[in-house]
Amino acid sequence: MRGGGGATALALTPTLSQREREKGDLGEREREREKGGQGEREFMRRRALLHAAWAWPLTASFAHAQSPANAPLRVVTSFSILANITSEISGSLAEVTSLVGAGIDAHVYQPSPADAQRLAKADLIVINGLGFEGWIPRLIAASGARAPVVVASEGIAPRMLAGRPDPHAWQSLVHARRYVENIRAGLAAARPAQAAEFARRAASYLGRIDTLDAAARARFARIAPDQRRVISSHDAFGYLGDAYGIHFFAPQGRSTETEASAADMARVITQIRAQRIRAVFVENMGDRRLIDSVAREGRVGIGGTLYSDTLSPPGTAADTYLKLYAHNIESIAAALSSGVEQKP
Amino acid sequence: MTLHELLLQPFTDFGFMRRALVACVALGLGSGPLGTLLVLRRMSLVGDAMAHALLPGVAVGFVLAGFSLTAMGVGGFVAALAVALLAGWVTRVTTQREDASFAAFYLIALAAGVMIISARGSPVDMMHVLFGSILAVDDAALLLVATVASVTLLALALIYRPLIVECFDPGFMRSVGGPGAAVHFAFLVLVVLNLVAGFQALGTLMAVGMMMLPALAARFWVRDVLQLAALSTLLAMASGLGGLLLSYHLNLPSGPAIVLLAGAIYVVSLVAGRQGSLLSGRFALLSHRAA
Repeated sequence: MRGGGGATALALTPTLSQREREKGDLGEREREREKGGQGEREFMRRRALLHAAWAWPLTASFAHAQSPANAPLRVVTSFSILANITSEISGSLAEVTSLVGAGIDAHVYQPSPADAQRLAKADLIVINGLGFEGWIPRLIAASGARAPVVVASEGIAPRMLAGRPDPHAWQSLVHARRYVENIRAGLAAARPAQAAEFARRAASYLGRIDTLDAAARARFARIAPDQRRVISSHDAFGYLGDAYGIHFFAPQGRSTETEASAADMARVITQIRAQRIRAVFVENMGDRRLIDSVAREGRVGIGGTLYSDTLSPPGTAADTYLKLYAHNIESIAAALSSGVEQKP
Repeated sequence: MTLHELLLQPFTDFGFMRRALVACVALGLGSGPLGTLLVLRRMSLVGDAMAHALLPGVAVGFVLAGFSLTAMGVGGFVAALAVALLAGWVTRVTTQREDASFAAFYLIALAAGVMIISARGSPVDMMHVLFGSILAVDDAALLLVATVASVTLLALALIYRPLIVECFDPGFMRSVGGPGAAVHFAFLVLVVLNLVAGFQALGTLMAVGMMMLPALAARFWVRDVLQLAALSTLLAMASGLGGLLLSYHLNLPSGPAIVLLAGAIYVVSLVAGRQGSLLSGRFALLSHRAA
């Protein structure tokens, strides 16, 4: 049974086929074209430059030209969430692009020569830090970019995950405030003349973050602390868990898209009982009836997708950082509530 | 691992295992006698044809009402019955034999089903319809399977005599003016009902395996019709129990585990059974030579 979905098929990040990953940089270019900034010709020009890049040493090939003060600031961010936060602060004063586009897993991103060129032409580079983009220092060095680099997570005391800092700090709205502050400072330094506008927009954005944070706290306050126990196959939600007192557990058993065995079902149910889980987040568990069976037996709520590292494509449920966060909060709270209310 | 852990614990610890077991037992109760009668009536492949004929009805039910047990069940029942009736009608009004017309209509139905699925439904969900999941049996499905098993046994008790006569001597049945066609039709309705019940639990294709394999295996052990029905029921239930335990302990998908176990029982019977099996035939030959 293809797509049958083991009871343990709980993978959380949207899993991408290798081909989709490889298409990542192409999708990026297409998005740029859609933005109307660059046309087909620009695309072709880049292709030509890309070929040139193979022939000449990268560092020597691009002269860094600061964009004139009246043109939009060219900001390149490492992944889509940072791009969204940055453009919330910059508004139309900057042209923000992201190396890893929406819907693409930053963990498996392969930089392309075109990305190196984009970095070389940038006025400002925004990265997450905490080891999230292991590839970025080399890419920046190789591209010959001279733009200042803002590390959005700077100043955050990270939680540790197996002896290494957990990079998913944006999963806490408190840390997100720090991101906003760091990025605002970076923008202001790059364009001192527009610092006041950046500050005004940042303040308004911080207000929206605070509103969401308050709403999230109120939402979880209605769920007893010992009920906030969730199985999720993704380890990205540590910060979110810390912020609202939710315990995240990794699922046991193999992840599978084929037909479930009784052993798979038993393993998940045993875990739900042993760890007193209230909600299970499933991503690609194919057979809805199996999920319902687990929910019935374990008396837990079942949730859908949680977004961790990437925005969803434009026009979908989580295409901005705040929408992504609100979606995750609502999904977790709803699943926890249904798990609590479910009758034996 | 103690015997308790091996055999009982899966069922005492997990509700889904108990439900699955009850579903298997109920399916075995209905499928055992029906499978036996299908074999006796030389209709072993009709079960398979019917299972395919369910598909367009299930697909229409799925398209209209989503993943609804009732809609898909009713749809499958109507579609399979329509195929059976059409095949029967063609057999009466033309020179074509029933197996031939059955083949024609079930293939048409199958193609129509695939067409409807690819046009409207999601292929992933439909794969689950074809293969089902015994581990996800809920109260509604359990009730359906149990009801069908009860109805089947009661109905078989009512039409047992004419059915058996029709099996062995249809000519005699006609000559004494017995209700041959009606009995035949009632029998087909029962087969379809059991397949509909089975497809909720095991999927359309696996349900046929549960019906035919135990009945075919039983043929190698006993001759009497009642004994055949009883033994195939027992073997079907044993396959259900054993398959579930295999699936639990060895981490195997449950539907195929159940049907493959039934298949293994068939192969063992084929080799070592008392009646007309490979070994019994050789022994008979040997003893004949010795005499």
